[in-house]
Amino acid sequence: MNKSMTGMLQKLGPLLGFFVIVIILTFMSDNFLTLDNILVVLRQVSINALIAFGMTFVILTGGIDLSVGSTLALSGALTAGMLSSGMDPMLAVILGMLAGAAMGAFNGIVITKGKVAPFIATLATMTIFRGLTLVYTDGRPITGLSDSMSFKMIGQGYLFGIPVPAVLMTVAFAILFFILKKTVFGRQVYSIGGNEEASILSGIRADRVKIWVYSLTGLLSALAGIILTSRLNSAQPNVGVAFELDAIAAVVLGGTSLSGGRGWIFGTLVGALIIGVLNNGLNLLDVSSFFQQVVKGTVILLAVLMDRKKTA
Amino acid sequence: MTVQPIVEMNHIHKSFVGNKVLKDVHFDVKPGEIHALMGENGAGKSTMMKILTGIHKRDQGTVSVNGKEVAFSNPKEAEKAGIAVIHQELNIIPYLTVAQNMFLGKELKYGKTGVLKTKEMQQKTRERLQRLGIDMDPDEEAGQLSVGKQQMVEIARAISTNAEVLVMDEPTAALTDREIEALFKVIRQLRDQGVGIVYISHRMEEIFSLCNRISVLRDGEYIGTKYSNETSFEEIVKMMVGRELGQRFPDRTSEIGDTKLEVKSLSRDGWFEDVSFSVRKGEILGVAGLMGAGRTEIMEALFGSRKTSNGQVFLDGQHLKIKHPKDSIEAGIGFITEDRKSEGLVLNLSIRENMALPMLSNLSNYGVLSNKSEQELVESLMSRLQVKATGPDQEVKSLSGGNQQKVVIGKWLGIEPKVLILDEPTRGVDIGAKKEIYHIMNELTERGVSIIMVSSELPEVLGMSDRILVIHEGKVATTLSREEADQEKIMQAATGQAAMGGNRG
Repeated sequence: MNKSMTGMLQKLGPLLGFFVIVIILTFMSDNFLTLDNILVVLRQVSINALIAFGMTFVILTGGIDLSVGSTLALSGALTAGMLSSGMDPMLAVILGMLAGAAMGAFNGIVITKGKVAPFIATLATMTIFRGLTLVYTDGRPITGLSDSMSFKMIGQGYLFGIPVPAVLMTVAFAILFFILKKTVFGRQVYSIGGNEEASILSGIRADRVKIWVYSLTGLLSALAGIILTSRLNSAQPNVGVAFELDAIAAVVLGGTSLSGGRGWIFGTLVGALIIGVLNNGLNLLDVSSFFQQVVKGTVILLAVLMDRKKTA
Repeated sequence: MTVQPIVEMNHIHKSFVGNKVLKDVHFDVKPGEIHALMGENGAGKSTMMKILTGIHKRDQGTVSVNGKEVAFSNPKEAEKAGIAVIHQELNIIPYLTVAQNMFLGKELKYGKTGVLKTKEMQQKTRERLQRLGIDMDPDEEAGQLSVGKQQMVEIARAISTNAEVLVMDEPTAALTDREIEALFKVIRQLRDQGVGIVYISHRMEEIFSLCNRISVLRDGEYIGTKYSNETSFEEIVKMMVGRELGQRFPDRTSEIGDTKLEVKSLSRDGWFEDVSFSVRKGEILGVAGLMGAGRTEIMEALFGSRKTSNGQVFLDGQHLKIKHPKDSIEAGIGFITEDRKSEGLVLNLSIRENMALPMLSNLSNYGVLSNKSEQELVESLMSRLQVKATGPDQEVKSLSGGNQQKVVIGKWLGIEPKVLILDEPTRGVDIGAKKEIYHIMNELTERGVSIIMVSSELPEVLGMSDRILVIHEGKVATTLSREEADQEKIMQAATGQAAMGGNRG
């Protein structure tokens, strides 16, 4: 009984932190808790949240993926390239996402079959994918995308008054939450992160599961890249640099253990919201962008320290 | 008999959050004796030792060293007073040398400069090891040594502070027979030098051959102390479990049928060679051999978690293609590994999640898990095995060793195996739980399951097996029937003294 109570508290800790920040910001700025601003925050958060969802799976298996920002850039550029050559927008988006999944699969194969530590493997592919983006774009933005309304909708549109990126984020969240909680695949992700050896001896094909996990992360990063491309109406070769850090921060803020096997994706959503609200609130308060970084880092540090206290 | 004890603990009481774990417990150690502290898991042995060494504070009672009452607040103080502990898990840093490990935290320095006296430490390390009759290079990396030798380093380090009392917690758990012999020699030598030794172990044979006195705890209570030459195995067990345990091994009653599993010339270069054997329906095949003979490796190869270069496996006459544990599990082979924490369980998952692990595909439709069938399966397994837990959602980390082992067994009963491989099934499990495990094995064979049991405990092999396969250096040395097998024949075959016992079966 007692144990599940503390477990519950631990799970709800991030949510509590989020509400504290929201309340403080509401008092400090009149423009914060307004419908318009909430929608802005949701749209901003969606990019990081999508990447962080994938990162949650990776981290649950005990891995890490540093290449998400580069995957985002390369898939965005490829999609933009296809669009500017006149391809059907729907097809271009699907191919762009598959390209991201393929990049993720490549990470997964290097990690499992090549037995390279995830940190090293994705550090290398981070550079490779970024380099490929620069080669492909020749270092210049790709503009002149299609005039297709449906493509513009992805990043700029609204559905029932809600920004489409936020809708996509919510749908992705619901699907991924279900996968982790209710499917064999989700269970395998947790068990591999908890004890890979025991999982293999229980008949789980750990390599395959991991390749799927990295592919999923690649797919989600690509979706984020496509949203960004649509919003900017162009593909920027240097977009997404250091995005992996915000994603990892969101996962950690959400209470998922970096050593794998423990955590949940709802926490990651809250973590991404905390980061998004902080960014937005500090902007509203006219805090200099230099100082914003100090605040963000401090919040992450505090959150993790409090988590350590609770588990100790 | 009137020798003054070095350490005396009287009327010790201790509670953890209202839970009484020690109730009026007495214990003492005299110089030059080996005193066994026995009891089932959770009886309070480790808590007693933790109170002695200052890790826990006692609620009531007295602890005195050489007649003076003490209250250590940490192990360092206890060490200064001459009480050293060898823990079950070794505290050796693998990348440091023997000498560096020996002086860890107590390095010899030039004054207060922090500059190390390397030569002197090497010299002293060599001297200390030689005093124990051990020949070892002080410059060797500790991680390169066998577990037995690492333990020697730790013992040498522990007694280097002129320890008068040495506490050893399950020191032989990971040692080979030869290493155990060497360890016992050292322990006896220390005893003759007047060191008082507290020896904690589950292995009865060891205790009786080594110890002068045996003290027994049960559920935090002091049951009594006996001289080992005036008591018996049965009496000590009765003291530990509080009731007659009856026979140590249940009678084998299952009906043995036709050949179930057949392994033909399984080989892997450098590990094992041309290993062939078979198990029949309802039979227990014991697999004996020295540690490092390749028994576990052969089982892993059969199960698919280790690659083979050659060989075939037949189940019910059908050739199995096993490339991954998944293949053997689907064919109906289960594998209860030796090390349940690192290979058997996902410690931070629940009983439910662990038990369901090998059969997730059977508990799901199109990849979506069915809560209902999972719950039903796990509840029936838990009651069948009498797992003591708050419920299926308890983390396995917080279960006792015996209950963890039951979860591992339950995990494999769920797949309704035709063949079950058990690798050291009762290691680190207390006597009561051991007996339950033997009963489960019997019950399974009665249902027609074939069991392969790898064990280093000869009494267990002799007591439970219908046939015994002896492995020596990666090869089958001999196969013995239950009737013809005895300790001597097994040991002779296991140590390579062939031409004994014949090659039947």
